[in-house]
Amino acid sequence: MDRIKLLWDFFPFLSAEPSVVIFLSDVLKIVCRSYGRAPKMIHLESNFVQFKEELLPKEGNKALLTFPFLHIYWTECCDTEVYKATVKDDLTKWQNVLKAHSSVDWLIVVVENDAKKKNKTNILPRTSIVDKIRNDFCNKQSDRCVVLSDPLKDSSRTQESWNAFLTKLRTSLLMSFTKNLGKFEDDMRTLREKRTEPGWSFCDYFMVQEELAFVFEMLQQFEDALVQYDELDALFSQYVVNFGAGDGANWLTFFCQPVKSWNGLILRKPIDMEKRELIQRQEATLLDLRSYLFSRQCTLLLFLQRPWEVAQRALELLHSCVQELKLLEVSVPPGALDCWVFLSCLEVLQRIEGCCDRAQIDSNIAHTVGLWSYATEKLKSLGYLCGLVSEKGPNSEDLNRTVDLLAGLGAERPETANTAQSPYKKLKEALSSVEAFEKHYLDLSHAAIEMHTSIGRTRSARLVGKDLAEFYMRKKSPQKAEIYLQGALKSYLAEGWALPITHTRKQLAECQKHLGQTENYLQTSSLLASDHHLTEEERKRFCQEILSFASRQTDSPGHKIVLPLHCFAQLRDLHFTPSNAVVHVGGVLSVDITMCSQMPVPVRVEQIAINVHFSIEKNNYRKTAEWLTKHKTSNGIINFPVETSPFPTSQNNLPALELYEMFERSPSDNSLNTTGIICKNVHMLLRRQESSTSLETPSGVALEDGAHVLKCRDVTLEPGPNRITFRTQAKEPGTYTLRQLCASLGPVWFVLPHLYPPAQYDVYSQEPQLRVEPLADSLLAGIPQKVKFTVTTGHYTVKNGDSLQLSNAEAMLILCHAENRAVIYSNTREKASDVSLRVQSSDKVTSISLPAAPAYHMIEFELEVLSLPSAPVTGGESSMLGVTEPHRKHKDTQKAGHCMATTDHKVSIDCPWSIYSTVIALTFSVPFRTTHSLLSAGTRKYIQVCVQNLSELDFQLSDGNLADPGRGADLQLVPLNAKSPQHISSKQSVFFVWELKWTREPPPSLRCQFSVGFSPASEGQLSIPLKPYTYEFQVENFFTLYNVRAEILPPAGTEHCRTGSLCSLEVSITRLSDLLDVDKDEALTESDEYFSTKLMYEVVDNSSNWAVCGKSSGVISMPVAAQATHRVHMEVMPLFAGYLPLPDVRLFKYLPHHSAHSSQLDADSWIENDSLSVDQHVGDQLDSGSIRSRGSVHSASSSEHKGLPMPRLQALPPGQVFNSSTGMQVLVIPSRDDHVLEVSVT
Amino acid sequence: MAVCVAVIAKENYPLYIRSIPTENELKFHYMVHTSLDVVDEKISAMGKALVDQRELYLGLLYPTEDYKMFRKLHNSYTDVMCNPFYNPGDRIQSRAFDSMVTSMMIQVC
Repeated sequence: MDRIKLLWDFFPFLSAEPSVVIFLSDVLKIVCRSYGRAPKMIHLESNFVQFKEELLPKEGNKALLTFPFLHIYWTECCDTEVYKATVKDDLTKWQNVLKAHSSVDWLIVVVENDAKKKNKTNILPRTSIVDKIRNDFCNKQSDRCVVLSDPLKDSSRTQESWNAFLTKLRTSLLMSFTKNLGKFEDDMRTLREKRTEPGWSFCDYFMVQEELAFVFEMLQQFEDALVQYDELDALFSQYVVNFGAGDGANWLTFFCQPVKSWNGLILRKPIDMEKRELIQRQEATLLDLRSYLFSRQCTLLLFLQRPWEVAQRALELLHSCVQELKLLEVSVPPGALDCWVFLSCLEVLQRIEGCCDRAQIDSNIAHTVGLWSYATEKLKSLGYLCGLVSEKGPNSEDLNRTVDLLAGLGAERPETANTAQSPYKKLKEALSSVEAFEKHYLDLSHAAIEMHTSIGRTRSARLVGKDLAEFYMRKKSPQKAEIYLQGALKSYLAEGWALPITHTRKQLAECQKHLGQTENYLQTSSLLASDHHLTEEERKRFCQEILSFASRQTDSPGHKIVLPLHCFAQLRDLHFTPSNAVVHVGGVLSVDITMCSQMPVPVRVEQIAINVHFSIEKNNYRKTAEWLTKHKTSNGIINFPVETSPFPTSQNNLPALELYEMFERSPSDNSLNTTGIICKNVHMLLRRQESSTSLETPSGVALEDGAHVLKCRDVTLEPGPNRITFRTQAKEPGTYTLRQLCASLGPVWFVLPHLYPPAQYDVYSQEPQLRVEPLADSLLAGIPQKVKFTVTTGHYTVKNGDSLQLSNAEAMLILCHAENRAVIYSNTREKASDVSLRVQSSDKVTSISLPAAPAYHMIEFELEVLSLPSAPVTGGESSMLGVTEPHRKHKDTQKAGHCMATTDHKVSIDCPWSIYSTVIALTFSVPFRTTHSLLSAGTRKYIQVCVQNLSELDFQLSDGNLADPGRGADLQLVPLNAKSPQHISSKQSVFFVWELKWTREPPPSLRCQFSVGFSPASEGQLSIPLKPYTYEFQVENFFTLYNVRAEILPPAGTEHCRTGSLCSLEVSITRLSDLLDVDKDEALTESDEYFSTKLMYEVVDNSSNWAVCGKSSGVISMPVAAQATHRVHMEVMPLFAGYLPLPDVRLFKYLPHHSAHSSQLDADSWIENDSLSVDQHVGDQLDSGSIRSRGSVHSASSSEHKGLPMPRLQALPPGQVFNSSTGMQVLVIPSRDDHVLEVSVT
Repeated sequence: MAVCVAVIAKENYPLYIRSIPTENELKFHYMVHTSLDVVDEKISAMGKALVDQRELYLGLLYPTEDYKMFRKLHNSYTDVMCNPFYNPGDRIQSRAFDSMVTSMMIQVC
């Protein structure tokens, strides 16, 4: 079909005079490769045009589209004559013309027609014409001549020839095209390189490069075509920028002509020939050029299915046009550019809408929204320019301006004339009346806001909204403006943009003023008055607004306008006096606050009040007076965080962690129980974030009505920090929490709804109290000691004449000095006064007159008391001579260790505030411990008294005396002590010794009283004489009855004892006196006036130095007569070498079993006395005793003979036995054959 | 030429903002604030793998016919952040940063 159509196209030429045809043909698929670009399949659409010489390109022709690519000569000639006569000449002529135009792309087509051939008789062979032509014209390119045989037949020959022809046509055409295109591009580049030459014209060059773009467009290579335009765009832009930098090109001045027409972009035609011609004629303005360029780019982009790029580029174009006009200093009538931009924006948007469906547009709002808001902006400025926004409507000047602007638009273009919503019509309508403008402006604004919001560009939406608000304000409809302003302000506040906040707030204030929202207006005003971004004057103006409102008389008295305080003043810190914020009932508490006034001028505030919440916390340990006065010892300053209003961190971010170390100590010994870190503001951190807080609406500040209010009247707050002091007298006990702070100016109340961190003070009531406590750790008996009396008056007021009545304890004296001073302290431990104290003592009662003191004070004074020393308890109880320890009671033993014996004295005190007596126990410690012992030297007796100082003090001891009350002169105690006073240091002992002498037979027991004067060594003369320290004791059986002497003799023949060899131990027991009273006991046996007593001896070596061989003990019958001696001999073996002490020889009374004293011994005594073997039941085993361990003796004896009536042993009192060999030692030398030498040194 | 330099905290409040024609400061504040819309968009797009995260230049943020905006002072900002006395989130008051910004503004003017 194609082929036939093609032929039909040919035939007009064919049937007419065969002639040369300019040829472009068919649908040719060609692979085109040029300039390193990737090979592409292109469509080449061609036209056949009849050859005319004037169509041949002249030198320097830049038109590529109308360029003849291939010249084809068609001939039907089949006759040599005809050929020779006409065709050859014609061909030659044609060839010459082509040569003259240096066109080398040509083709000769010979159409052979069988029909014609048959008619002619003198027909040459078919090929001859073709050969001739080839010979004549195609001297080396025989393929330049093609034969098309019988083109209208449907034979295979025809088919073949057609194919050959078309192939040839294709290649020829392509070669020509490629060659010419390349040449064209080269030429174009050359031309561009010449752009610095003086005569170079951008418009000319534009046309050349556009030609290339057209070609690409025609080849459907839109991308390449677009590149051409983009290059032109960039080139032009660069020239403009260079112009701005001072490098102007001559041709650019064409574009600097004043703007006279601003009819916007035209994008509905593929090529705006009107503008193109202007460019061609070099008459285009900058806007014309830009418009045309963009319309071409737009067309190509739409071909490329990239409408969004159009939108984006459009915005850039509009911006850059505005800038370029500014840069080139082109004179533009006011508003003209706005019109142009507005029209262009809408044109672009409508163009895009025209080629996309709704869904596409909706999902690509992000690309178009910029154009929408730009159009809105421009319409707005047009409205302002033409007086369409003012309340009164445009004046004549505005109208003139409008007319001028409309004139610049020209007539509407025919292509949009039928469109109802064309940009042109819209603009014209909008500028026609106030109402129309409002409608269009609102439409656009709302559309822009909606679009911004829908793609999440809230900030942009806010900004458009703010413009809208401005518009409404101009139109005097503040109620519509408010919502936009609030919205904008909210978003600026949320993100902390100080300047926009200030500005928007200013607008909002204006709006609220118009709306008559008094509270909101005042709040905004106060915020603005405290805004440092405003000038001083503006701040003062807003401050004045508040003040004048406050001073105005309101219609409804009592109506309060409650505003938040923080915009008026900020609470910085709060300070209690007393600093622990604890005050007693009736006491005065003052609260100092520092308020930072944010106002630019001093403001006189009628009243500043703090609402206080009162609560009674009963049974709360922490609220007792003691706890409060002692434990709450902060410095009393509470700092309030400075609110940084333009800083969103306080709203968005969590506050910083407030971490503190925490130590919890045990209350008893202050040791660390637990430690850790606590977060003090956890309630802030874990709080749920409020999703949206209305920031500017008058926050629902509720004014609390409390019964307790701290007030301060007529305060003038200077700008900056102010100190305000509140005073209050405490009334009811309880906890008072400061809740709200409000400052009132007439009907305007600035309220701080919550004080955080919380501040509170406590009021307590206290009962009067008396406390008596020693000054030192413990009171010492016997010397004057100071006791501190503390009277806490509490709610009681001590009057003159009030006194404390102390009922005296017997053994405790209250020492009255001439001058006692009492100090009165206030509740806060400040010394109030110092008065003398009268103390009167009678027998029973000591009366202390208290000085007059107000309530909640403390009276402190000190008194000296003296506990009279009493004889220690030990004296009477010690029944056995010298032996003290084992016979002490347990309690005493415990005390005797390190603690001093104590005595308690109870004093009952009558206080004036109470009908009950206060009983106070004072514990005194006896500073000394005294022990005594009896010492013997043969028959001579000595009494030793040891005084041990247990206290921390040093004492001076004097006049140590031992008396024997109730004895005659027959007994004498001869002191062996120094006469001078003795110093006894702390924790040291002093010994006193007396020799006991008697002239008659001494009594079995002796009562002694030791007394020694003492005084503290540090103090000089004491005011009062001190009683001496006394100690009573009793010594019994102090007369020596037996002398025991032991002697160890080395074996016969040797000089010394040797280890391992037996030595003899001689024990001689000598009775020193005749029968005495003390002997009369069960052990005594009488026979013929001859008395004897049974004794048991025992040789014990506790230090295991000796091994006793044979019997170590035995019972002897000792005659009771002076100088009666009993000797015992036994053998011992030294186990060690060295000077060894002799083994102990012990003597017991051997009592018969029916003794009246036979009482069951308790287990304790057994254990206690085991080393002494007192009352040891000695049976047969005593006789069979040999070398055995001491432990087994007891176990055997106690187990075998339990319950049987056994003879008993009774130790002789130490005073009755004198061991004359005590302390003696025997030299034992080691035996020679000992391998191991063991030396014991004792 | 830079006419306005702003450093914005990630919570969208200005850490630093300075503009050269001081009489128009307010306008710049509005502009920078509004441009955060686009910054937000770009940053949320960064989460998607296609965008090169190393690309620090954010491009055109706010359509204005008057100025173009740049953002290129990251290094100096890093210095500020390295200052141990600087509390992240506070407003930038560094003198060095200030002079750097001034030089950026004056450089081409």
